[in-house]
Amino acid sequence: MPDLSVNCAGIRAPNPFWLASAPPANSGLQVQRAFDAGWGGAVWKTLGTPIQNVSGRFGGHTVRGVQGAGFNNIELITDRPIDVNLREIAETKRLFPKHALVVSLMVETREEWRDIIKRSIDAGADGLELNFGCPHGMCERGMGSAVGQEPRINQEITSWAVEYSTVPVLVKLTPNVSDIVPHGLAAKRGGAHGVSLINTIKSIIAVDIDRFVPEPRVGHASTNGGYCGAAVKPIALHMVAALAREKQFGLPISGIGGVSNWRDAVEFILLGSSSVQVCTEVMLRGYRVVEDMIDGLEEYMRTHGFDSIDRMVGKAVPAFSEWGDLDLNYETVAKIDADKCIGCQLCVAACHDGAHQCIHPTAASRVPTVDESECVGCNLCQIVCPVPECISMVEVNNGHAPATWNEHVTQGKTLRPKKGAH
Amino acid sequence: MAEPAPTPLSPVPPLPIDRTEAAFDDAKPAMTRDQAVAEANRCLFCSDAPCISACPTAIDIPQFIRKISTGNVKGSARTIFESNILGMSCARVCPVEVLCVGACVYNHMDAPPIQIGRLQRYATDTAFEKDWRFFEAGADTGRSVGLIGAGPASLAAGHELRRHGHRCTIYEQRSLIGGLNATGVAPYKMRTDRAVEEAKWVLRIGGIDVQRGVHVGNGVTLAELERRHDAVFVGVGLGADAMLGVPGENLPGVRGAVDWIEQMKLRTVPLDGVRRCVVVGGGNTAMDAVREASGLGIPSVTMVYRGKEPHMPGYAHEWSEAKDAGVRAEWQALPVAFEGDARLQRVRCVRVDDHKRPVPGSEFVLDADLALIAIGQARLGPMLAGLEGITLDKGRIVVDSHGFTGRKGWYAGGDCANGGKEVVNAAAEGKAAARAIHAFLTGAIA
Repeated sequence: MPDLSVNCAGIRAPNPFWLASAPPANSGLQVQRAFDAGWGGAVWKTLGTPIQNVSGRFGGHTVRGVQGAGFNNIELITDRPIDVNLREIAETKRLFPKHALVVSLMVETREEWRDIIKRSIDAGADGLELNFGCPHGMCERGMGSAVGQEPRINQEITSWAVEYSTVPVLVKLTPNVSDIVPHGLAAKRGGAHGVSLINTIKSIIAVDIDRFVPEPRVGHASTNGGYCGAAVKPIALHMVAALAREKQFGLPISGIGGVSNWRDAVEFILLGSSSVQVCTEVMLRGYRVVEDMIDGLEEYMRTHGFDSIDRMVGKAVPAFSEWGDLDLNYETVAKIDADKCIGCQLCVAACHDGAHQCIHPTAASRVPTVDESECVGCNLCQIVCPVPECISMVEVNNGHAPATWNEHVTQGKTLRPKKGAH
Repeated sequence: MAEPAPTPLSPVPPLPIDRTEAAFDDAKPAMTRDQAVAEANRCLFCSDAPCISACPTAIDIPQFIRKISTGNVKGSARTIFESNILGMSCARVCPVEVLCVGACVYNHMDAPPIQIGRLQRYATDTAFEKDWRFFEAGADTGRSVGLIGAGPASLAAGHELRRHGHRCTIYEQRSLIGGLNATGVAPYKMRTDRAVEEAKWVLRIGGIDVQRGVHVGNGVTLAELERRHDAVFVGVGLGADAMLGVPGENLPGVRGAVDWIEQMKLRTVPLDGVRRCVVVGGGNTAMDAVREASGLGIPSVTMVYRGKEPHMPGYAHEWSEAKDAGVRAEWQALPVAFEGDARLQRVRCVRVDDHKRPVPGSEFVLDADLALIAIGQARLGPMLAGLEGITLDKGRIVVDSHGFTGRKGWYAGGDCANGGKEVVNAAAEGKAAARAIHAFLTGAIA
């Protein structure tokens, strides 16, 4: 039986699935129900001076009928009194002593940080998460991403928190920067025990095309919100991996951004996360989604011979390379399994209009044919094919020794002739 | 361009509200918007989609479905009507199981195929409901075309001709318009009022004069038509029910199926005391007749067909529905006499072998109060006789792929040329002929 328990920056939990600091972790009853459902940890919705929220807080991005493929919000931090939150944190910790209960914080002055940290730890927090990421509302007041975007301020506030805290401190990073690495390093210099990322991405989710107002609509106006949900996973994976492979970094990472199922979680772990945080999928489907996350992860670990999460963390990081170090002589071509093909010819349209015009209809049947002499191995056909495993990208032994661009430039290694470049 | 005023159509005689067909509900109910969008989102948007190839009118099905999924219902309806102006009725009456839906690639995945007919109905019903108009008549060319028959073929041809600016006159022997679409479609697919409404909707393009109650041959001669018009389109459909020619066929209670169906749709058919119905034939008229008889509550309905089940010309999906409704069949059987005291009481049958020859000593009797003969319809006969250049083959007008008959200026389409197919074939053939007529009238072809 694989061991799903984790220790992320010194914060222990029975499994790596934590609720992110967000509406699903807004109150004691919610977090307690989540723990009952199987969640291994929770990052409490950010404490600070309670705010007032608007009506019209969320927006969804629908793609071909799939609602909430992307999601955004213009909610702020907790609107509940601090002492109510702290009382519920204490009660939750008492009921679930083995679960990770992290408290997210966002205040302004050094004194406020000292005060809120002490009160959170007194309430039983297993760790703290500094919210340097919120990209709307709070940043206008000099907090959230306004801190996260300035490495110097990030470092300074982190150092205050670390000074006052007796429990591990995670810095939650904003993705609204051109390169995440300096911001992770700033948190490290400030003494953080780990980082969590990504927070949400600045976004306008949609426009009400009849009223000429962006969404979510608040009366006659809207504002930019924070984008999250399944659609942001690729951005989050990249930022997690960018820090994970940075030699000067080396801190534990709690991965966040579009985790919707166990597969997503495995990917985050393989790219360096020692826990994952989930919000949107819970908002869309409820706490019960964790059951499949746990099952799926356990079965994955069993079939891949991982007896603990530790052994998985970062397993794919070494393979995250620079483009210049990719083997240009590695060649694949598309193969279509005629028995599986249903004849939709989406691959034909995609290849003709979006790739290299090498998949053609045939007169004899609806199964298209691949002109392998022209196929550049781009994967587009495989991506559009509605039938799993019908199109595979098969490696071609072209007789050329591996050669990267960098090797070609520095050592004159020979590159294979280009395909599809006429 | 000024909107051409629709040619005033004198009122079509009202259909009795209590006509027998009113008892039927739609076998395939309309979709709500939400159902349609959910189904539309399942469509893979195939390239060179097989459903398009399977549609005689080649509607760009993936495109109209995509437009439903984005809420562009008007664009969706436009896509449908651009290919098939009778898209509203075809959505209901097409045998989609053997056409578009049968060709859906999901079948190869053993997944439910897209419900194309119901989606098309959603888009076209919405267009009718919202009274959207998509087409205008072209600038008047000064040429005119006579169209014989006001059924689907002529309506499709006339509409297309008007888009090119040619004036049209339809000659229809009935007072009702819509042809077999109005008088013959199974009411659980479409009732008559809907077909008439569609015909009127098509005519709204304007410039199509519909002369009803005119019998070509009696009321107006072929020579007169040729003199009046620059081209003529023949879309007269088929004639009366063919009968078996066996004793007792004139007994009350023995009816041609097409004739009985028309009465059922337009008026009422007597059902009191009708407990046992025998339908003779194995084609799609027989399929309709058994399902209709059963749907009207006749407790025992039996189909008598001279061939075996796998070889019957009727669609398997229709027969499957009929079986579900409790219809039985006598395969490899043939009526030899209708018997009864002043009215039908029994159908005497004989078994036939694989070569459809009677098997001696195999006679059996089916009790019946109603017998519907659905073995085909009479062909055109002498109507076009004497027109040099027009060839008939077994009563069918011989045409090329453009509907050209071989006589200069004469074109034909629909059942009278194809021998009896679907509404969608008539729509396709009428439109193809109209394009050929346009080319002829504008000198593109001799």
